Amino acid sequence: MMGISEKMNKPALADRVQEIRKDFPILHQQVYGKPLVYLDNAATSQKPQCVIDAVKRFYEIDNANVHRGVHALSMRATEDYEGAREKVRGFVNASSTKEIIFLRGATEGINLVANTFGRKVVGKGDEVLITELEHHANIVPWKRLCDEVGAQLKVVPINEDGSLKIEEYDRLITSRTRLVCVAHVSNALGTVNPVKDIIAKAHARGVPVLVDGAQATPHEIVDVQDLDADFYVFSGHKMYALAGIGVLYGKQALLEDMPPWQGGGDMILTVSFDKIVYAGLPAKFEAGTPNFGGAVGLAAAIDYIGKLGIEEIAAYEHSLLHYCAERLSAIDGVRLIGTAANKAGAQSFVIDGAHPHDIGTIMDRQGVAIRAGHHCAMPVMQHYGVPATARASFAFYNTFEEVDAFIDGVLKVREMFAQ
Amino acid sequence: MNDLRDLYEEVILDHNRNPRNFQKNPPDANRHAHGHNPLCGDDFTVHLTVKDDKIVDVGFEGVGCAISTASASLMTEAIMGKTVEEAKQIFGNVHHMLTEQGEDADTSTDVGKLAVLSGVKEYPMRVKCATLAWHVMDAALENRDDVVTTE
Ligand SMILES: Cc1ncc(COP(=O)(O)O)c(C=O)c1O
Repeated sequence: MMGISEKMNKPALADRVQEIRKDFPILHQQVYGKPLVYLDNAATSQKPQCVIDAVKRFYEIDNANVHRGVHALSMRATEDYEGAREKVRGFVNASSTKEIIFLRGATEGINLVANTFGRKVVGKGDEVLITELEHHANIVPWKRLCDEVGAQLKVVPINEDGSLKIEEYDRLITSRTRLVCVAHVSNALGTVNPVKDIIAKAHARGVPVLVDGAQATPHEIVDVQDLDADFYVFSGHKMYALAGIGVLYGKQALLEDMPPWQGGGDMILTVSFDKIVYAGLPAKFEAGTPNFGGAVGLAAAIDYIGKLGIEEIAAYEHSLLHYCAERLSAIDGVRLIGTAANKAGAQSFVIDGAHPHDIGTIMDRQGVAIRAGHHCAMPVMQHYGVPATARASFAFYNTFEEVDAFIDGVLKVREMFAQ
Repeated sequence: MNDLRDLYEEVILDHNRNPRNFQKNPPDANRHAHGHNPLCGDDFTVHLTVKDDKIVDVGFEGVGCAISTASASLMTEAIMGKTVEEAKQIFGNVHHMLTEQGEDADTSTDVGKLAVLSGVKEYPMRVKCATLAWHVMDAALENRDDVVTTE
């Protein structure tokens, strides 16, 4: 039951989706006797065979600790790890691998910046500016920092459609603002924020910007130089790589001026009990044994995305999202949450008389995996006056037929919870 | 669909649509407790009027899913007019019914109408929804004022 508009300009990737699905072993299973329909991609994405194989190969052949031994395995492991760093550099178009710090994920990246750069530039009476649609990962570290140093957390509100009130942003950025922190794409609402404009406006006032790209890297072209982002964080597991590997991009000059965060092996040049000399970038911020297997998997995921083409991915996912929103909005008693003009990846919704957790359970029994809850964005829930929402979120391996299965599930919920 | 009906029994759907003793805080209530389920956001306050060791009135407020709301509503009906000891016994029986699996599952205990909640057992993620209001009621009986959480 595809809408006319979708049928007419079907993106190129739509014809290849069955073939692409073969790359993802996990998709070919049944749950409760129904084919799995995985629409929880914003929580975590599934992994293509090539990523699984790259990690497996690393542990079968090259595994050794990096930057340590002189032996062959350690050299190969170091090459793999540093090769992955170069791959990530190219993916976000950073100017140097010194600007690519491997961490656990977006959360750790934000905490690193809050605890180093944040502590340096934010003082008593200063302000940190975030937005109402942030994930808790881009709220909690800033709230903690502000409370500790006596600064104020300021929040750019959202419109009813889930887009940022840009005129409020213009008003809220003041001579006291020391840092702006904003999501590139909202996980709860799917809104794509105009980060390039946001950054340009902040820079006009000399204010640096951290962009939370956790939901952007799977769906959007990210060019940190074009955006002129000062910091950009993302997580491997949301972009078809493994959990436990993520990236902080930071402009070299800023990273060089920042104190290290965690201390330990690999982040030092020399240690004595009198004096410690820190290593240069990027090692300064990578204390301890890093997740080298994860980095290898991330490099494979970047290759995979590159092969499909991020523009093709974005166009196809957009058509799925549009079709989903169109069909949902035709159902009586369904309210869409997040209807901004520029969106990627996710559609939140609520149904009259049915709590999102009941929606989640009923969907689950139809084989349809969606997320129900506050999506780690409680302020967004408060804005819309709901305790939680249900959310379908898409990847390029989803199909129009899966959207139909999801819609059948919604109709079942309506039938069951009819008032 | 059939197995879903085991969870969403007509009685449960009815108590969700029209919860009993809901949005009610009896004026002479003398025991209160508040609890929430951080995973789902279910959040309930239970008010009890206990006189001479007997629950003479009960009400609850809050928001939750169908399972937690229906369970809270059924709870208020089940304990109304019961002694503190009896209410605790009912809680024990319901808790047992919802959490004990296999060999240990003793189906002989008569929980009466509350048996409609037994389908929840097949949905491990939802057991906490069904037990929340009961834990809150238990805390109210003991006049514990810490927030009850299911995590
Ligand atoms: C927008 C956004 N920011 C940050 C995060 C945190 O990512 P992680 O848990 O991988 O650190 C998420 C994950 O849900 C997210 O969606």
